[in-house]
Amino acid sequence: MSHATKNLELVSVTKRYGDAVAVDEISHRFSPGSYACLLGPSGCGKSSTLRMIAGHESTTEGAILLGGQDISHLPPAKRGTAMMFQNYALFPHLSVIENVAFSLKIAGVGRRERHAKATEMLDLVDLAKLSGRLPDQLSGGQQQRVALARALITRPQVLLLDEPLSALDPFLRVRMRGELRRLQRELGITFVHVTHGQDEALSLADEIVVMNAARIEQAGPAREVFNAPKTDFVARFIGNHNVVALPQGAFAIRSDAVELTEQVSGAIEAVVTQIEYQGTHVAVTSRMSGDQNVIALIPDHLFFEHPTNPGDHVGLTWDETKMHKLNG
Amino acid sequence: MTVSSKTGVPGISPGIKDVSRARAKLSGTTSTGFKSLLMASPLIAVLLFFLVLPIGMIVVVSFWQATEFSIIPAFVLENYEFLLGSDVTYRVFLNTLKYAVITWVCTLLIGFAVAYFLAFHVRSLTWQITLFLLCTIPFWTSNIIRMISWIPFLGRNGIANSTLISLGVIEEPVEWLLFSDFAVILAFVHLYTLFMIVPIFNTMMRIDHSLIEAARDAGASGAQILWNVIIPLSKPGIMIGTIFVLTLVMGDFITVRFMSGSQSANVGRLISNDVALLQYPSAAATAVVLLLTVLIVIGILLRFVDIRKEL
Repeated sequence: MSHATKNLELVSVTKRYGDAVAVDEISHRFSPGSYACLLGPSGCGKSSTLRMIAGHESTTEGAILLGGQDISHLPPAKRGTAMMFQNYALFPHLSVIENVAFSLKIAGVGRRERHAKATEMLDLVDLAKLSGRLPDQLSGGQQQRVALARALITRPQVLLLDEPLSALDPFLRVRMRGELRRLQRELGITFVHVTHGQDEALSLADEIVVMNAARIEQAGPAREVFNAPKTDFVARFIGNHNVVALPQGAFAIRSDAVELTEQVSGAIEAVVTQIEYQGTHVAVTSRMSGDQNVIALIPDHLFFEHPTNPGDHVGLTWDETKMHKLNG
Repeated sequence: MTVSSKTGVPGISPGIKDVSRARAKLSGTTSTGFKSLLMASPLIAVLLFFLVLPIGMIVVVSFWQATEFSIIPAFVLENYEFLLGSDVTYRVFLNTLKYAVITWVCTLLIGFAVAYFLAFHVRSLTWQITLFLLCTIPFWTSNIIRMISWIPFLGRNGIANSTLISLGVIEEPVEWLLFSDFAVILAFVHLYTLFMIVPIFNTMMRIDHSLIEAARDAGASGAQILWNVIIPLSKPGIMIGTIFVLTLVMGDFITVRFMSGSQSANVGRLISNDVALLQYPSAAATAVVLLLTVLIVIGILLRFVDIRKEL
């Protein structure tokens, strides 16, 4: 079931609460039928942005275009978007099937027809068997799938997900991640997913939009954002990067590109301060001149061939081509 | 993807076991039942003495015999026979029920509207609390004073009538304002609306606002949100308020006496008249029948809504 998908575009969207600016003139074009993640720390404006797209928050300035039409003044249900709420917001007094069929009931669809359509949606998320239950008789993962089915029954062009995985335990989170990705591919519509977890964004998104302090810091394909962070902030937030200030300027170097050697010429002198075993890798933190911490991610077999301890003097080397110049 | 998603967190259950084992060691496993009984005993004693005993007394006395000048301990059914055989009883019970139902409808409409306004239209918590406290101010005075203060307002030459005459709305004073069913119900609504506001406000405050956004996301209008989301979720509060109002109105006698000018009767007045004439057995029998009626009404109500969620 694929739809002809439309472009979602933000044009200088601004949100102010009194004097406080929550979202500051952001413009972005989401490619149709893609999985986009809005990534950033709490308070960066990503949730406000999502809520403005959904219509639960008014825009102070700017336009939100869907298929070339400004939807920023339409009520939520008329926009062609659907929202999945952070705590799922399932109606506790309605059964699973009535929750999913809620929007059809509001639209005046007869009981039999709306139940048939709701069952179809529940099949999509593999929950048809539990259609008679109440939400509090379901596990967190099941509740989430009900919320998904409820959002999708309106056949939205864009599905908006507000930190959908944050209430789940880590194992379930990984599984739901795969589930979301599968659904997005099957439906072929645009998903906009708000998260503060970089691993979530990297594993899910076609496109990552990193936000900080009410602005978009960087937007692009997941791999590009990870390998070529534009700013200091992105490099630190996306993780697994060292940001070092060298005489030539600030650079980002991926942690797994840093190698530990003996103190030989050409290598940067450093003292090991911390060692963290991570299973496949060992993270060695060492301090180089200028009190800069550098983390080296060493594959575990290499590390245990030449183990080091905190306090050891080591040399750090990396391939010059792996150095990535940062702006600002 | 499987339906069940039981990813148990290892390490939690052993911890709980340890705690309960330690607790069992502290109390000695065999006497736990006795100890919990002991801990509940003060409350049990209070309830026995102040609730069960008086009701038991009333039930016992209701079977006693009475003449104009004496009360004889006995076990006779004549009080009940007289009560249930008289059509005055049925008319008075019906009248009591009428007061209860009309008062219930009025307090529910006003109470729901006020609670809705407080919970969903007043944005800041400070204002919610301020306005809520404002609602309780009338309760700082005695309810008899609040009732009596209606009399100069509603009387034949009272403020209401003189205002209406001076405005030219009416030419002669309206008679039914005071000492009428209207006055009784007005006083009841005035006295008991707060008992509806408090529980409904309480349930409404627990409604997650994202549910309302979710309903709006599904295209629901304000009225549809009210009907499909807010009213169903406020049901426990509505039910608790209903129980308060019904029991208060059905047990009342003073409001009916004052506000109807002793022209209307309800069950409470039946009982108070019997007591005034020292006909305790007859009063006790009426009280037992009233108690059963109220219990049946509440029993029926509780079949509709589970209020345990609220407690």
